[in-house]
Amino acid sequence: MTTNLAMVAEGEPAGDPRRPVYELVDVTKKYGHVVALEPVNVTLREGDFAAVIGPSGCGKSTLLKIMAGLVPPSSGAVVLEGQPVKGPRREIGMMFQQATLFPWCTTLENIVLPISIRDGRAAAKKAEKDALELLELVGLKGFEKAYPGQLSGGMAQRAAICRMLITEPDVLLLDEPFSALDELARDFMNLELQRITSARNATAFLITHSIPEAVFLSDTVYVMSARPGRIVEAVTIDLPRPRTMEMMVEPAFGAFVNRIRSLLDKGGFL
Amino acid sequence: MTDQTLSEAPSVARKRYEDTVWTEEVAFIDRIPRGIAMVGLFVGFIVLWQLVYLSGLVSPLILPSPLETGADIVFVGKNLFSGGYMLTAFFVTTQEVLVGFVIAMAIGFSLGILVGETSFGERAVLPYLVAIDTMPKVAFAPLFLAWLGFGISSKVALAAFIATFPIVVSTAAGLHAADDNARMLFKAMGATRWQTLFRMKIPTGLPHIFTGLKIAAVGVMAGAITAEFLGGGKGFGELIRVAASQLQTPRVFSLIIYLSLLGFVLFWTVVLVERRLVFWHRSTISGVDGGR
Ligand SMILES: Nc1ncnc2c1ncn2[C@@H]1O[C@H](COP(=O)(O)OP(=O)(O)OP(=O)(O)O)[C@@H](O)[C@H]1O
Ligand SMILES: [Mg+2]
Repeated sequence: MTTNLAMVAEGEPAGDPRRPVYELVDVTKKYGHVVALEPVNVTLREGDFAAVIGPSGCGKSTLLKIMAGLVPPSSGAVVLEGQPVKGPRREIGMMFQQATLFPWCTTLENIVLPISIRDGRAAAKKAEKDALELLELVGLKGFEKAYPGQLSGGMAQRAAICRMLITEPDVLLLDEPFSALDELARDFMNLELQRITSARNATAFLITHSIPEAVFLSDTVYVMSARPGRIVEAVTIDLPRPRTMEMMVEPAFGAFVNRIRSLLDKGGFL
Repeated sequence: MTDQTLSEAPSVARKRYEDTVWTEEVAFIDRIPRGIAMVGLFVGFIVLWQLVYLSGLVSPLILPSPLETGADIVFVGKNLFSGGYMLTAFFVTTQEVLVGFVIAMAIGFSLGILVGETSFGERAVLPYLVAIDTMPKVAFAPLFLAWLGFGISSKVALAAFIATFPIVVSTAAGLHAADDNARMLFKAMGATRWQTLFRMKIPTGLPHIFTGLKIAAVGVMAGAITAEFLGGGKGFGELIRVAASQLQTPRVFSLIIYLSLLGFVLFWTVVLVERRLVFWHRSTISGVDGGR
């Protein structure tokens, strides 16, 4: 546990002036007798982009749900903007592997759904203007009246991005958001995501199975061990921003990818 | 210039092939158009019926000829459309069926939501419902007659009783149909239990619920007629019973045919409402079932 703390500290230059947004202190999770997470310590500062990578079933989604206030931790503290997380919070935007658009709502209705749920239908009506702007931002202009059944997988996932952004969240929690997409669509979405997070100075926490994706997007990549999940190392990615697709063939990029791969290999997880 | 060289291919002359336009073979039975198939089957049935009648194997008292039956259908039709006593009986049964269906929906949805949404319902109420559901519900008819008398209410009660269970079961199953992602999403949006129920779980479950409603629409007819058979009254079931006891077999047939119209209209009303409400279902790519 002490080593764990030390390693996290290593990933963060001392005296960082940026405000900490998320603080996880010794967060653990047990499902019955099954230990899903061993103590996790993570601090995300304003504008940070962090990724978690680790073998299947190591507790990544569990960690994300705890951060989102969807599942209580077994022990430890989760603090967001100075307030302990004890349930879903408005500042959080979430996205999952499936777009999960509701097929009886139009794309536009799906996007304003979070507003409709929180503030009522009148507020949702007012938010439609913002929703149309978001649709344009992700290249879905003209599809506001389409039903989800008429969208392709990538288009649905872009609509899900709009739904996440409509409440103007400060923090984005992303659970393999693009892993159901083909590689071309995925690259495009990653560029998009980078643009969105940096434009809003949003703090983001991404779960992924793709090492290049993690390196491409992140300031810090947390490598997790197989179950029970434990953060083995926090790798700081100090490549310049904005990142471009061309950078992915550069040696520096490859070095990070290799480093993370060897960390995963060393644990014999892959 | 370049275009030409490209399209006219290299120096080697290209061999001309025949167009490979071909049609897939369809078996005869899959090729018959709907109208012809339906009329053909109907005519075949009538012919077979006539043959059995002519063969003398079955007593004409039990099996009338198609012609006799046809004549009686016209007779009953005239009585119905001229507002005769049969129309009155038809309205009585219609009333029983409709009131029974509405009551079944009210109770069915309420219990279905209790069982499908709350742990109390699932733990305490569901076992009893399952126990009752496994009983032959028609056996309760004498009880309803004893409690509610021989008027319309005992028929409504049995009709509703039979139709309630499929609605409960399908509603409860429908409420479980939403996947984890949809639930998580609603939770993350800070939705209340009611919001989650009415804006996510119930819409997701509508295809299930309508399956139950269709079964209920059939059951409510069976319930009303059974109760009329057993408990008299002024409905169509009573007309059928009387006709049968007098060995007026053609009348039994024609009454059944007009009765089936009622069932048909009820069933198709449910189907039409379903098509309006569940227009989105089977749109193969819907994120909700995660089946992308
Ligand atoms: N609700 C639950 N009840 C019991 N055990 C659970 C529950 N949710 C998750 N687990 C267990 O906790 C462990 C971590 O699950 P989790 O979904 O967090 O893994 P993951 O890292 O997200 O995996 P993947 O990469 O496959 O998505 C798994 O072994 C799983 O079996
Ligand atoms: Mg997961």
